Amino acid sequence: MTTADDQSVGMDYLESFPRKFFRVYLPLGLIIFFLLFPFYWMAVATFKPDAEMYDYEKYNPFWIVHPTLEHIKKLFFDTDYPLWMWNTVIVSVSSTFISLFASVCAAYAIERLRYKGSRYVGLAIFLGYLVPPSILFIPLAAIVFQLGLFDGNLALILTYPTFLIPFCTWLLMGYFRTIPYELEECALIDGATRLQILMKITLPLSLPGVISAGIFAFTLSWNEFIYALTFISSSENKTIPVGAITELVNGDVYHWGALMAAALTGSVPVVILYSFFVEYYVSAMTGAVKE
Amino acid sequence: MAVMAESTVAQAKRSSLWTRAFESRHFLGAMFMVPAIAILILFLAYPLALGFWLGMTDTKIGGAGRYIGFQNFVSLAKDSVFWLSVFNTIFYTVAASAVKFAIGLYLALLLNERLPMKSMIRAIVLLPFVVPTVLSAIAFWWIYDSQFSIISWVLIKAGLITRYIDFLGDPWNARWSVVAANIWRGVPFVAITLLAGLQTISPSLYEAANLDGATNLQRFRHITLPMLSPIIAVVMTFSVLMTFTDFQLIYTITRGGPINSTHLMATLSFQRAITGGNLGEGAAISNAMIPFLVAAILLSFFGLQRSRWQQGGRD
Repeated sequence: MTTADDQSVGMDYLESFPRKFFRVYLPLGLIIFFLLFPFYWMAVATFKPDAEMYDYEKYNPFWIVHPTLEHIKKLFFDTDYPLWMWNTVIVSVSSTFISLFASVCAAYAIERLRYKGSRYVGLAIFLGYLVPPSILFIPLAAIVFQLGLFDGNLALILTYPTFLIPFCTWLLMGYFRTIPYELEECALIDGATRLQILMKITLPLSLPGVISAGIFAFTLSWNEFIYALTFISSSENKTIPVGAITELVNGDVYHWGALMAAALTGSVPVVILYSFFVEYYVSAMTGAVKE
Repeated sequence: MAVMAESTVAQAKRSSLWTRAFESRHFLGAMFMVPAIAILILFLAYPLALGFWLGMTDTKIGGAGRYIGFQNFVSLAKDSVFWLSVFNTIFYTVAASAVKFAIGLYLALLLNERLPMKSMIRAIVLLPFVVPTVLSAIAFWWIYDSQFSIISWVLIKAGLITRYIDFLGDPWNARWSVVAANIWRGVPFVAITLLAGLQTISPSLYEAANLDGATNLQRFRHITLPMLSPIIAVVMTFSVLMTFTDFQLIYTITRGGPINSTHLMATLSFQRAITGGNLGEGAAISNAMIPFLVAAILLSFFGLQRSRWQQGGRD
């Protein structure tokens, strides 16, 4: 793939720098500026004291004259933010692991055991991927309430897999398909059971796929909003996105500093994780679309 | 081959019923499916069916409803707020998707050039898609603030306008503002997936076109676009699906206001069902989204078939 894009502009060396600057670098720079500006603005507001934040005449809004940690301090000590962070971590980690377990089993069964009707089940799971949460949340709220899960982490841990499992299964099916069948046949002849084959041959060989699915699933559940907003009512059970929107706004008084601090600190964990696994994340995102 | 290998193993191991059951593909396959199927049936298939049912009842939060047939839909048909939300949803989807496609394709072509630090640029470009939407939407909320908007400030300093723009107070300003925020979030997804498609196009095609004296535009029109069209169809289906059912951006930035002018069907159904307590009516609004979604999926599916057929026909 790298060789392909190196050669894709075969006569690139003929192009002069000023020409390439206007054709490529300038538009690219403008788009990247547009994409990154909201993050810069978020960071500036987080560390800016209120006096500067609401006075554009005396202070240039783009700079911080006296950086402060007051907003972050307020967020961590005067609100339930640490609890929201904790809930988000618990919910994301648990639902990711549940989904990975269920998806590995399902993808292996569909792709390798090829039981009767596995094609149709695979197709049905892909269709499940197309069902958006915004048409499911109302009936799901009724079910969550009936099961007595309302206003607890378990409501989210059990419902997030509904959009994670179809995605992970679909992605893992693609990965399992690339593993030569002969490897499994050899193991079968040597007397390995199906479970041993899955644990000792298929899974280790498709580890990149499992990591990709896991990273993507984790960020999806960290970002989830509509279920968390609907199924959780008390402040100490909320996740970061829901807590920030509902608890940091008192009537018409917006605590912009604290809101921005919540937005920034709530994004940082995902961004750090993402920066370590960029390649896996991209392959998960593009893999789901390519099939 | 595989079947033969398996049956010999099975014969060798005919020791107990238990082992034999575990050697059967169909039994084992069913066992492996249990966790996924159990969760998907209980929390995906059942709610989907329950949603259809709820849309035909007058269920309120905390009380059982009774069957009222299509009465919810009849009253929605006379509800101007509902039709406004349908209009908003279509406008939001069409405007945002068209721009996301244009900028996304352009960005993908730019990223496909020879660039220094390419993988880092790609990682940075994807950031808006990675960061929780609600949290970046909070930043947009602040950017669109009526008194402290940085956009208004810059435009005033540049002498282009004289008063602060009321981004979220005026219906059309608010619509364009949320569309812009949606574009910001969706462009990276379109660009990076299309880039992955671009990288699979064989360079020899471009070399052949160069030899034949094709211009840049001709190469784009006759090689890049046809080779890319299957992945464009899939990416845009996903993009349209995500935009049409969007909830987070609107709920965070405008909550449907001013005077319902940015309410999407998803946010309206939340307002009626959860805030207002009329589960039945909210479910009916959700159900009204389904025909649009099915149409979008079918359209792109047939578009995909057609482009495949065209490619096959040209060989």
